[in-house]
Amino acid sequence: MKLQKASSFALFAVLELAANPTRQLSGVEIAEKYGISAHHLAKVLRDLGRAQIVDGTRGVGGGYHLVANPKRLTLLDVIQVFEPVGSDSGEGLVSKTPTDAELALRVILGELDDHTVATFRSITIATLLKLMARKPWASARPARGVGKAAVRA
Amino acid sequence: MAQIATMKPLAESIGAYAIRIRPASKPDLADIIRIDEEVSGLSKRNYWKDVFAQMRGRSQSPRFLLVAEDQNQIQGFILGEIRSWEFGEPVCGWVLAIQVRPKTRLEGIGTRLFSAICEAFRNAGISSVRTIMARDNHLVLSFFRSQGMMAGPFIELEMSLDEGI
Repeated sequence: MKLQKASSFALFAVLELAANPTRQLSGVEIAEKYGISAHHLAKVLRDLGRAQIVDGTRGVGGGYHLVANPKRLTLLDVIQVFEPVGSDSGEGLVSKTPTDAELALRVILGELDDHTVATFRSITIATLLKLMARKPWASARPARGVGKAAVRA
Repeated sequence: MAQIATMKPLAESIGAYAIRIRPASKPDLADIIRIDEEVSGLSKRNYWKDVFAQMRGRSQSPRFLLVAEDQNQIQGFILGEIRSWEFGEPVCGWVLAIQVRPKTRLEGIGTRLFSAICEAFRNAGISSVRTIMARDNHLVLSFFRSQGMMAGPFIELEMSLDEGI
């Protein structure tokens, strides 16, 4: 499973803003913390603003804050601003006169899509912050899947 | 059922509610059926009667049915069971059902119930807890995620017997 860069950057920003509810954070601050492009993050934050997930104030002392409720905002809500989730895995597989093999493969890809959507929809930003605090990857038995997730360029 | 009998009721104020978690008893049956019907839209009277009957009997799989009570009114319940070698896995605690009255949600009652049943499992020497639910049940799926539950090592499979093999 891979996320596009914009989705990952958006999640970094939303997590950072949710973890600092009393502060306004600039895009540069967030970009420096995560070692990512401030220019790219600025565009991502604008998109999050248009989606009414964050709000920004210009000028000295300005910055961004989260307007969505982190206990209600899900990973799916954020990711879907930047890429389709679980709806196009079978795109291009089925031709005008699909073979049984194409249709069967589409059913299997649909299973994966359904699981992906259900997983992203079930995890809120508040839950992800709890996971970060718990750090299951620091224990002797690494969390399932850690090391396999990746960011797609 | 020994774990149920020895479990101390836990009282704590949550929001507007003074919630006490305790093992369910026969007089709670009607409330449990009512809450389950209110939440699920389905009446499962015989199922819950069977649950109570099995809890009174001797079972290889100890069950825990806990209720959250506020001033003599049941606000929610949780049902769990200890199972050994289900699907080839060593002993584990299973959460089979959790329901909270819609009017009293977002008050931490579900969290108290889940914590209580985890404590009951721990006291029984159990080190992991598991559940299964419909993937479109976003509300309960999000709840269990918020409690720290992650995807387990199983994939649930099923088929319609009408399709035939």
